[in-house]
Amino acid sequence: MTQRVDYQIIEDLVPEGATVLDLGCGDGELLDKLIHEKHVRGSGVDVAQEAVRACVARGLSVFHGDLDEGLADYEDGSFDVVILSFSVQQLRRPRFVVREMARVGRLAVVSMPNFAHWSLVGQLLLTGRMPVSSELPYQWHDTPNIHLCTVRDFRALCHDEGLRVEREIFLRSFAHTAPSQHLPNLMARIAIFAVTRGATVL
Amino acid sequence: MLIGPGKALDTDRYSVICSNVLGGCSGSTGPASVDPQTGKPYGTGFPMITVADMVDAQALLLDHLGIDRLLAAVGGSMGGMQVLQWAVAHPERLHLAIPIACAARQSTQAIAFNEVGRQAIMADPNWRGGDYYGRKPPAKGLAVARMLGHITYLSDEAMREKFGRRLRDIEDYSFSFSADFEVESYLRHQGVSFTGRFDANSYLYITRAIDYFDLTNGQRSLTEVFRDVTSRFLVMAFSSDWLHPPYQLKEIVGALRATHKHVSYYEVESHYGHDAFLLEREKTEGIIAAFLASGSRSMRVPPRAGVDGGQATPGREA
Repeated sequence: MTQRVDYQIIEDLVPEGATVLDLGCGDGELLDKLIHEKHVRGSGVDVAQEAVRACVARGLSVFHGDLDEGLADYEDGSFDVVILSFSVQQLRRPRFVVREMARVGRLAVVSMPNFAHWSLVGQLLLTGRMPVSSELPYQWHDTPNIHLCTVRDFRALCHDEGLRVEREIFLRSFAHTAPSQHLPNLMARIAIFAVTRGATVL
Repeated sequence: MLIGPGKALDTDRYSVICSNVLGGCSGSTGPASVDPQTGKPYGTGFPMITVADMVDAQALLLDHLGIDRLLAAVGGSMGGMQVLQWAVAHPERLHLAIPIACAARQSTQAIAFNEVGRQAIMADPNWRGGDYYGRKPPAKGLAVARMLGHITYLSDEAMREKFGRRLRDIEDYSFSFSADFEVESYLRHQGVSFTGRFDANSYLYITRAIDYFDLTNGQRSLTEVFRDVTSRFLVMAFSSDWLHPPYQLKEIVGALRATHKHVSYYEVESHYGHDAFLLEREKTEGIIAAFLASGSRSMRVPPRAGVDGGQATPGREA
């Protein structure tokens, strides 16, 4: 994949030289980018063997395991930034993981597909079938996305967890380079949240 | 198995150093060696050795070879313990550490198995307090120790798949104590063939060294032990290993991660048990090769004529 817009936005949220933990790091593309361009000290977690192999080949530090397991080793505030990029919808315990992210990281960055986007709602309404899109390219029976949510759902989760949403950035799609903050719950396919346990860091 | 041209430890690219272990019986000094003071084999007069002693001996070997720094130390089981000891005792000499299927401290269950093996040897009347050189060795005891060892290297699933309840060259049970089952015959064969190549006293000394292995000495936390470690780690575990289960490897990883050391953890799905580290070549060589290649790029070899980044590869012992 070339130049993911969401990666660029996440990179902009990460301070120069920060310590970063990337949950669900995949092949390590984002982490590699952060190390080279923001000079972070980074490490990743992923459950897939191929992902771990790819990260090791890039020279990255990576933990092979579940994301919640990947957080248990760390004390409060161990990282400047903990990232969960397009994986929250695949977690068995998303609420627990977001809570842990905000505990371990001084800043938690979560990017996710917004299930309330008009095209998805429209598909469901018009066809009566589970929506499929470029961000959610699976059929209902083979999707790894077991905990989809909307922009408002995620805000509510943060509220319930006592987390403070520092920044919200919305994208019309992976192809749109400019964020659009207009009617995000309906208009954004992709949402990026930066949350903290209270103390403002941005 | 991992070593050779084009393999994970590619001898076309790296120099591989693999020495026999201190206390062993295939080259290094051990209890079967002759004590220069008495002119007779040491037997149980051989000093008790530790994993740290083994590693110090390897470090002296490197001094002798004129090698300052290793690209990597790679090892499984006791070899993995040596890798950990290397990283802690000689951080400046080791760029990459690849401990496989091992632990930062020998577990209670693993000590228990070792003790039964030692008791089998010492209960053999031929052992004679370790003074059997030039006489009949305690082969029966050593064979039983090895049989027990082999059980701990396998897994329930691996044994079921490999042997099931199949009988050995007979149609029906013999209703005697001969080796009716394939698994019995396999273990007896493993036990007997081991006695031809291994010294019983070495078995006692080496298993004891493993039992005493505890990086923390029961005093410090593992995180503290790893404080001055500078090597990059690739820690590997095998899902069905019940001698050194994944949690023991994860403990090492957790302690390294807690202080933001460069560490990767890789868990291989395998039903071979502890033996997987010797058998799962396809599932392990890719990541080891990739780790070594990335390490070669990040290692600054000291500008010293004739010295390449070599590798110590403490192999599996005992």
